[in-house]
Amino acid sequence: MKILVAIKRVIDANVKVRVKPDNSGVETANVKMSMNPFCEIAVEEAVRLKEQGIASEIVAVSIGNQQCQETLRTALALGADKAVLVKTEDALEPLAVAKTLQKVVEQEEPQMVLMGKQSIDGDNNQTGQMLAALLGWGQGTFASKVDVEDGKVQVTREIDGGLQTIELKLPAVVTTDLRLNEPRFASLPNIMKAKRKPLDEVALADLGVDTASRTETLSVENPPERSEGIKVENVAELVDKLKNEAKVI
Amino acid sequence: MTTLVIAEHDNSELQASTYNTIAAASKLEGETVVLVAGHECQSVADQAAKAEGVDKVLLAQAEFLEHLLAEDVEKAVMAQEGDYSHILAPASTFGKNMMPRIAALLDVQQISDIISVESEDTFKRPVYAGNAIATVKSNDKKKVITVRATAFDALATEGGSASIENVSAGSHTELSNYVGEELTESERPDLGTARVVVSGGRGMGNGENFEMLEQLADKLGAAVGASRAAVDAGFVPNDYQVGQTGKIVAPELYIAVGISGAIQHLAGMKDSKVIVAINKDEEAPIFQVADYGLVEDLFKVVPELIESL
Repeated sequence: MKILVAIKRVIDANVKVRVKPDNSGVETANVKMSMNPFCEIAVEEAVRLKEQGIASEIVAVSIGNQQCQETLRTALALGADKAVLVKTEDALEPLAVAKTLQKVVEQEEPQMVLMGKQSIDGDNNQTGQMLAALLGWGQGTFASKVDVEDGKVQVTREIDGGLQTIELKLPAVVTTDLRLNEPRFASLPNIMKAKRKPLDEVALADLGVDTASRTETLSVENPPERSEGIKVENVAELVDKLKNEAKVI
Repeated sequence: MTTLVIAEHDNSELQASTYNTIAAASKLEGETVVLVAGHECQSVADQAAKAEGVDKVLLAQAEFLEHLLAEDVEKAVMAQEGDYSHILAPASTFGKNMMPRIAALLDVQQISDIISVESEDTFKRPVYAGNAIATVKSNDKKKVITVRATAFDALATEGGSASIENVSAGSHTELSNYVGEELTESERPDLGTARVVVSGGRGMGNGENFEMLEQLADKLGAAVGASRAAVDAGFVPNDYQVGQTGKIVAPELYIAVGISGAIQHLAGMKDSKVIVAINKDEEAPIFQVADYGLVEDLFKVVPELIESL
């Protein structure tokens, strides 16, 4: 079974993002970029499925500028066999990403697409579901367990009340939640090997997808500041403040 | 202009998040229609019809809609004939799961997790785990939107008398089938809607120590939550998680116990009205958002707190 893993390059999860003074967005110049953490989990899951003999080939795909090559090399070092970079300088919206991935899926014909449930920049949580709908496939979102058997995949999903298990026909889209696995670190020999693995580039314009923006970001602002409160000395003072000052108990 | 709200429910009760979504819909011009798709869920439609701000209820019933699988809900929504300018659902795991499918099929760029309605086409939403707030204008003809429940105060749940119309439920796709569920049983209020939330972090040490927080929660009529660190350490199940990728809560009182206050946790609770932090590390970032901080060993403080309430 061939697996396609879609990955996104984002501001590193440990960087404190700063809103630009002109409110046009957040600072990205000279900021550390990394693979979106949920995408790392997707790569790891694909590699584990390959180690179990279930997946035969893993294709990593990313959409973005030349620097996304680095992110794809990371995926190759973690165990992907081949990478595809769809090159564009534009920041695509989730719908445009889904349409682009649909084209890649039509070319690569995977049995499963694994991807993160959301990227930690836009926090949209849309692309996997949109891709599944465009392809007419089933979806297993927010996966905490993935079992492939007899042309089907059972996905245990993290939902608000607990866990839900569903069974999907393949091909299907699976999006990863935090507790699906713990991604490994790439070893030095594997990083070296990854340099020789194939990384194809295709221009977004050549795919013939309508990726025009549908929304405009009018401004990006800092969230309202929460002023630091006071320190209380003991439980008695805390209870007193909650009862008589904040009046919440 | 007419807004369609897709109801979240469990086939017997309308979820609180639906009332918040109706409140968001009422900030838009025109009528609000609520679609209740499910199985043997007449009682849910009856509740929706009584809710303030609802003009009409559509009831789509079929056995295959019992578990509200995304593929089937998509079909049920797409089967509706009305011309809706806006389609809204709560940004819960229910809404997040199915709504982008509908947006994609309508060729609309969804606006996720809105926290305010600025106009018919402009909305505010948090990005980067709530470290920035984007104001976004949609140029699509239809708007497909998920709503952060805690950002909109629910309207009255009684008093309305909207009509209920039976409508097509679409068809089962066979793409996906329900296997089972493990839901956390609790007598305590729901984490997303509780007036008071008591949350524990890695500082709790282990799962057994959460019993202490449960006792405190019972004294306060509170729900129990946790940080991602506590969930990842296996102290409590994943549905306890408050944060960017877990539940977003905004109770009257949030008590953070042994939680350091990572950005991703703050994203899930910093809109709480009053925040209390109990942590022995006075440098913990949680104190920067806390109204009342107590620098002390939680194993000393929590029993004292239980005692004094």
